Amino acid sequence: MNPSNYVILSAVLFTIGAVGVLVRRNAIIVFMCVELMLNAANLAFVAFARMNGNLDGQVVAFFVMVVAASEVVVGLAIIVTIFRTRRSASIDEPNLLKY
Amino acid sequence: MTAASMSVQALVGRFATDTPFELPVIDYRLLMPILIILGAGVVSVVIEAFAPRRARRPLQLILVLGSLVAAFIAVVGLAGTQTTTAAGSIAVDGPALVMQGAILVIALLGGLLMAERMVDPSGDAFAPRASALPGSDDERQFAARGYLQTEVWPLFLFAVGGMLLFPASNDLLIMFVALEVMSLPLYLLAGLARRRRLLSQEAAMKYFLLGAFSSAFFLYGAALIYGYAGSVDLPVIAAQLSGKPSESAIVLIGLGMLLVGLLFKIGAVPFHQWTPDVYQGAPTAVTGFMAATVKIAAFGALFRVLYVAFGGMRWDWAPMMWIVAILTMLIGSIIAITQTDIKRMLAYSSIAQAGFILVGLIAASPAGLAGAMFYLIAYGFTTIGAFAVITMVRDGNGEATHLSKWAGLGKKSPLVATLFSVFMLSLAGIPLTSGFIGKFSVFTAAIEAGAGWLVIVAVVASLIAAFFYVRVIVLMFFSEPNDQTATVAIPSVFTTIALAAAATITIVLGIVPQPLIELLANADVFVR
Repeated sequence: MNPSNYVILSAVLFTIGAVGVLVRRNAIIVFMCVELMLNAANLAFVAFARMNGNLDGQVVAFFVMVVAASEVVVGLAIIVTIFRTRRSASIDEPNLLKY
Repeated sequence: MTAASMSVQALVGRFATDTPFELPVIDYRLLMPILIILGAGVVSVVIEAFAPRRARRPLQLILVLGSLVAAFIAVVGLAGTQTTTAAGSIAVDGPALVMQGAILVIALLGGLLMAERMVDPSGDAFAPRASALPGSDDERQFAARGYLQTEVWPLFLFAVGGMLLFPASNDLLIMFVALEVMSLPLYLLAGLARRRRLLSQEAAMKYFLLGAFSSAFFLYGAALIYGYAGSVDLPVIAAQLSGKPSESAIVLIGLGMLLVGLLFKIGAVPFHQWTPDVYQGAPTAVTGFMAATVKIAAFGALFRVLYVAFGGMRWDWAPMMWIVAILTMLIGSIIAITQTDIKRMLAYSSIAQAGFILVGLIAASPAGLAGAMFYLIAYGFTTIGAFAVITMVRDGNGEATHLSKWAGLGKKSPLVATLFSVFMLSLAGIPLTSGFIGKFSVFTAAIEAGAGWLVIVAVVASLIAAFFYVRVIVLMFFSEPNDQTATVAIPSVFTTIALAAAATITIVLGIVPQPLIELLANADVFVR
């Protein structure tokens, strides 16, 4: 199968993630969309590794997975704190900082 | 050849190369500054887990201050090195060492501010227990019992470690990892304020979601560039770009997405919206620390990406950066005028300052790089000094950040108000302060590179910016104190040292800038 199809798929996934971050209102879903963007980048790296004929892209994917995992730890800590404080994970409600 | 080995051959055949696998040579001596700080971060976690409560603070302070000094000595010991290590993925060259040295000294001042326990009568600047709900009985109990945490120190050290790696990373993968190692602890530090915890938590969430969003753009940009060049190594990307004459859309899109991630970190318009919220909500000591150091680290990475990997595509990225720089300078300066909160005003001021430094980037010359490095160092010390003053100006509810409470401060506390005025004048770029020399060297480099119009816009923007800096000085000295006027808390030796050092460097760099200018002129070339 032509690996460039996977690049197109990754672009589609990245776009879905980016649009999701912009339109969704629940912090957890927004965060899931960010993770989707990171995984789309992983897919692109692996597909390009196949097309370029070297292993760099596959190695990058491993690093990104580790980084994404640590990002989940930090992100969920922050989102859960906000949820416990406000009884809601909506990103529209924290609006004290403005102007 | 057996059947089994043949099938293995078929499996790996796609990736098989003639050269055998080579272990990368890592010169640990060159990485010593980064290893000292990250190692100290690990020890700091262990102290947090096993040391008895009472011993934690002295141990952590000795570890943090000692490791910062040791890493700075290691950086000085590497002076003049111009090479790469770890299979070419980490560069140890003039700009990297200058930025690392600056980050370490400013982090030392930031660490002193965070160690302060005198100005707030209820303890230090950080939440007694971050997991307790704001306003709950739990929180009141923890505060009443006088709980003080030292959990900020491991986060602080890991953030500094990431900042040291960020300007030195010579490939896009290391750069992404460094970006995250730097940012993740900062997201948490932003949410740990003792007072106004709702604001602090909100700042942490906004910083985290937007920061993660922008680093995803950085990563996808890196993937596209890898697809084009077949490598994430910056010099290899440059070689590939010069080898193929026609530019493809994939490179331009990839570069644009990389820049989204990097411009977000330096707070350039149109990726600046997080800056005022995070600067206002985060604990002031953390704001001062990250305002100064993140900007240095991110500009180091931005310069390296654009000069080393995409130097040959200068005519493609320069117009885009012109627009970003002009918008950043003007929007930062103009919106700062309307602010009534001093931390928010300084946040917009830092956006405008990022625009001035971008002028040095657009010059695309060694003089531009040297000027921008001078500007970054001057800006870093001035900013941390200004935030140090803000930690001390207080009323009954903690820090008095509303500008109306600063009216008449010059009559109540002339010394502190004078120091703050020095920092404001330096940010405005008045002669005899470091900010003037910074602006002068950046603008000169841009004029030499033929960007005269940009410099005219920059000068207009700095005139607009001077208005709101001077307005604070006028407010402090030329209005009478009233019952709303804040008082200045007497700090301990930590804040005093940090403030004195920041003020001294701001003035000394303004009067005798020559030694630093000469140092930077010898360190303005990236290793390729």
